[in-house]
Amino acid sequence: MHYTSLVQRGRASLKLKNNSFTLDAIDLEILKALQDDARQTYTAIGKRLGMAHSTVYDRIKRMEKYEIIKKYTTVIDAEKIGAKSILALMIVFTDPKESERVAKKLCEAPQILEVYTSLSEELLIIAKVVAENQESLHEFIASSVAPLPGVLRIRTSMITKKFKETQFSIVNNPKKLKFIKGTHNKMGENKK
Amino acid sequence: MKEKITSRTLRTLPREKAFYFFTSIGNYTGESAASLREFLEKINEVNVKSLEFHLCRTDFEKWIDETLEDKELAVEIRNLRILNYSGTTLKEHLHSVVAKRYGELSGDF
Repeated sequence: MHYTSLVQRGRASLKLKNNSFTLDAIDLEILKALQDDARQTYTAIGKRLGMAHSTVYDRIKRMEKYEIIKKYTTVIDAEKIGAKSILALMIVFTDPKESERVAKKLCEAPQILEVYTSLSEELLIIAKVVAENQESLHEFIASSVAPLPGVLRIRTSMITKKFKETQFSIVNNPKKLKFIKGTHNKMGENKK
Repeated sequence: MKEKITSRTLRTLPREKAFYFFTSIGNYTGESAASLREFLEKINEVNVKSLEFHLCRTDFEKWIDETLEDKELAVEIRNLRILNYSGTTLKEHLHSVVAKRYGELSGDF
């Protein structure tokens, strides 16, 4: 079990548009440190980054206030606590007029872990679903997803093996990080 | 009494109580039936795989018994399931059983 911080992608640039908050290289380094271990103290982060713990504290509080840091959560190893469940990827083909409503409705269900919309040949919604077993997965889809107005058909694939799963991390985006480090300035102001 | 059963079984159900046709776990065909009449029509329209999937899971007899509340037809379908039909044979027999019952109740057939 470990703790992790969730950073909302895109929120920083949104704030920039409103000109109310900007992330700099120090903020990003703090976020990186928190994503490694969100339980470490302000002093430990300050030591790691070579700055005062009060600076770390101020920066974190500011990022919390602007919801750059959305929350601190716990990642649980479900297998170790014996929580047996199955995961599935569900593709919901929808009437374009109803797509947003269907996506929002899916978000309300606790069985749905993630919801995305995508446009290929048709407008579709991709959702990650968790269920106790195949029967409860089917029951959920048959009684709660298929009846939603605008659902045209559904394709579901059971996940049999997980090879990788990570949260979005600023470490995953080194190019942008480098740019910010280079300018040591406001995120999004491209000074090439 | 018979009139009561007839009107109950032939009623149109709300969307959330309709029968949704799947071909396998989580794979919805896009076809649904909100009444016995619609159910009868869909037997001829849906992929036979869907009929095989639901029949062996006992979904048809459960829906007819618990939602349409027609115990007689539910028993007929259970008897059909035991015969282990598949493909077109299953489709024809299922259609015949449901059509017969629908005819009895509505006087249409």
